[in-house]
Amino acid sequence: MDTLSGFFAVLDATLRVSTPLILAAMAGLFSERSGIVDISLEGKMLAAAFGAGAVAAVTGSAWLALVAGIFVGIGLGLIHGFACITHRGNQVVSGLAINILASGLTVVLGIAWFSQGGQTPSLGSESRFMPIELPFAEAAAQSIPVVGQFYSEVISGHNLLVYVAWLAVFGTWWVVYRTRFGLRLRAVGENPLAVDTAGLSVSGLRYSAVAICGGLAGVAGAYLSTAQNAAFVREMTAGQGYIALAALIFGKWRPMPAMLACLMFGFLDAMAIRLQGVELPIIGEVPVQAIQALPYVLTVVLLAGFIGRATAPKAVGIPFLKER
Amino acid sequence: MKVNTSGIALPAWLEIGVIPVLNIIMALFFSGLIMLTIGVNPIEAVGIMINGAFGYDEAIGYTLYYTTNFIFTGLAVAVAFHASLFNIGGEGQAYIGGLGVGLVFLTLDSYLPTVLLIPIGIIAAGLFGAIWAFIPAWLQAYRGSHIVITTIMFNFIAAAIMVYLLVNVLIKPGQMSPESRVFDESAWLPFMHEFLAWFGIEVTRSPLNLSLFFALFCCFFVWVYIWRTRWGYELRTSGFSEDAAKYAGIRPKTVIVSAMCLSGALAGFVAVNEIMGVHHRLLLNFTAGYGFTGIAVSLMGRNHPVGIIMASLLFGVLYQGGAELAFEIPKITREMVVAIQGLIILFSGALALMLRPWVVRIYLKFRSVDEVTSA
Repeated sequence: MDTLSGFFAVLDATLRVSTPLILAAMAGLFSERSGIVDISLEGKMLAAAFGAGAVAAVTGSAWLALVAGIFVGIGLGLIHGFACITHRGNQVVSGLAINILASGLTVVLGIAWFSQGGQTPSLGSESRFMPIELPFAEAAAQSIPVVGQFYSEVISGHNLLVYVAWLAVFGTWWVVYRTRFGLRLRAVGENPLAVDTAGLSVSGLRYSAVAICGGLAGVAGAYLSTAQNAAFVREMTAGQGYIALAALIFGKWRPMPAMLACLMFGFLDAMAIRLQGVELPIIGEVPVQAIQALPYVLTVVLLAGFIGRATAPKAVGIPFLKER
Repeated sequence: MKVNTSGIALPAWLEIGVIPVLNIIMALFFSGLIMLTIGVNPIEAVGIMINGAFGYDEAIGYTLYYTTNFIFTGLAVAVAFHASLFNIGGEGQAYIGGLGVGLVFLTLDSYLPTVLLIPIGIIAAGLFGAIWAFIPAWLQAYRGSHIVITTIMFNFIAAAIMVYLLVNVLIKPGQMSPESRVFDESAWLPFMHEFLAWFGIEVTRSPLNLSLFFALFCCFFVWVYIWRTRWGYELRTSGFSEDAAKYAGIRPKTVIVSAMCLSGALAGFVAVNEIMGVHHRLLLNFTAGYGFTGIAVSLMGRNHPVGIIMASLLFGVLYQGGAELAFEIPKITREMVVAIQGLIILFSGALALMLRPWVVRIYLKFRSVDEVTSA
């Protein structure tokens, strides 16, 4: 039973660390499916984490913090859209600018407003998203072996935003594949000229995509500073935006596979901590750095076409010029 | 009458003079707004920055020391840009370039004289940087994976490798912080104050070293390579249009690989300044974001060596002046410079064409449309 609960603890940690990845990957999915490359997930998450952390510290409300995170994310998304859609700028350059801007501005504002070396003040439990006990978790754990334990130790006891992330995956799938908007969104990422010919606004669709992207990245950021941690810490995203991007590519720009990739990367992350200094049979001790680098290595290998093919939306990265 | 302005050619002084300067002014204007938001007088801040960057000879030394790094990374990005490739991996390539220097020096520094060590170190930095750029380049050329994504991933892989090697392998025994032992003094690139002292000129100590001259040489080399050689012609042609290049008998795949290797080598030369010139040992995070700043530098300098020197100098001023500013005004931290850098990339890069229609409209006030379009 001991190995089982140890395994459950790893799965539990996996869900916690994958949540921001899943939210950010879904964010990136909207943007990239509409034809806008988004390497700025990292920056949006970081800025939103700061916005949420700051608002939670000032108002004491986790909900206002979440709203603030979403607004910050949407704001940066619209800046990205303004540069890439309206002015047809280079999408990678614009994304990079947002990342660097967020990295600098969060610390500058953090120090100016809170004077705690770039952090926001620590949040009490009332201004954070706290773990929720799902119904019957206690009873299930006692009456049903394994499955009940799984339910109470892995599924139950997360904060609200973890469950929101799962909903976001389903929601993304539904919007992208089952609604008119989703059909148009996919079309505009594959062949914007056809969408334009059909009398739809390419810019309008892409702007809504980058706004949705910003909103979801904002939730991911709010999760970091008000749910997973109790404050904003400088550079707290630590490359998770890029991992989410890697997961999106790994999942071939589809919601479910992207979520699985996030869970896999999250699992690797959770394992890395546990495997520190542990001798494994045959391979011996695995360096933590090797496990940390694995998501990036796997993505490179996948992109190189050695394990299946990842085909990006056809029009991704190409600015659309409406014929006059 | 509504005119599609993108088709109208502007004279060179407007295109490469006025518009870039307007973009930078926009970026600095927003930087000023940020300063006002946190209650700092921007005019005063600019004064402190200029004084902190040029006010005394130590400050000038620091400014030029930063400038050296930016010239290397700026050139690296520019060379790739001319081949229509976006090398975001300068950071990782510089890091691995440092590994090259470290490995060579930790093995050879007690056996060889300075005259051999310095060139070997430079070659190692370039070679390792080039190797780190070669893999993404090869994957882009022959396997069709996107170079932006792969170079981003390679930055993280490089960081993981360096942490592993420094913590477990190259660390000086009996030491807590992950750093290698200090190289033998024969492997140190002379500091500028030492160099000038040979000629009887006294200047204050600063990290500035002879790699500045090497950086300027690289600028000249890149200019010759891109605009005065066959390879540069092939590089620009295949950057402009891959199909046209193929038709002209150029092999774009070879060009992609060679351009990225040159780009990686240039980024790797950051290690010449940092590892050979300043730290004299291998350590973590010596690249400190210089690779990313190179993108801003290259965009600002319009991918031309002369522009890159000017943009590098501006960033040198921002870095050194920013450090001084953080010292003088406690409300401001060095990250202010990072934010300014982000704004410059935004306005000089992503929004580079935002102001162009306005400039064209003003220009057309002085010229008739027919005259311009027929020209």
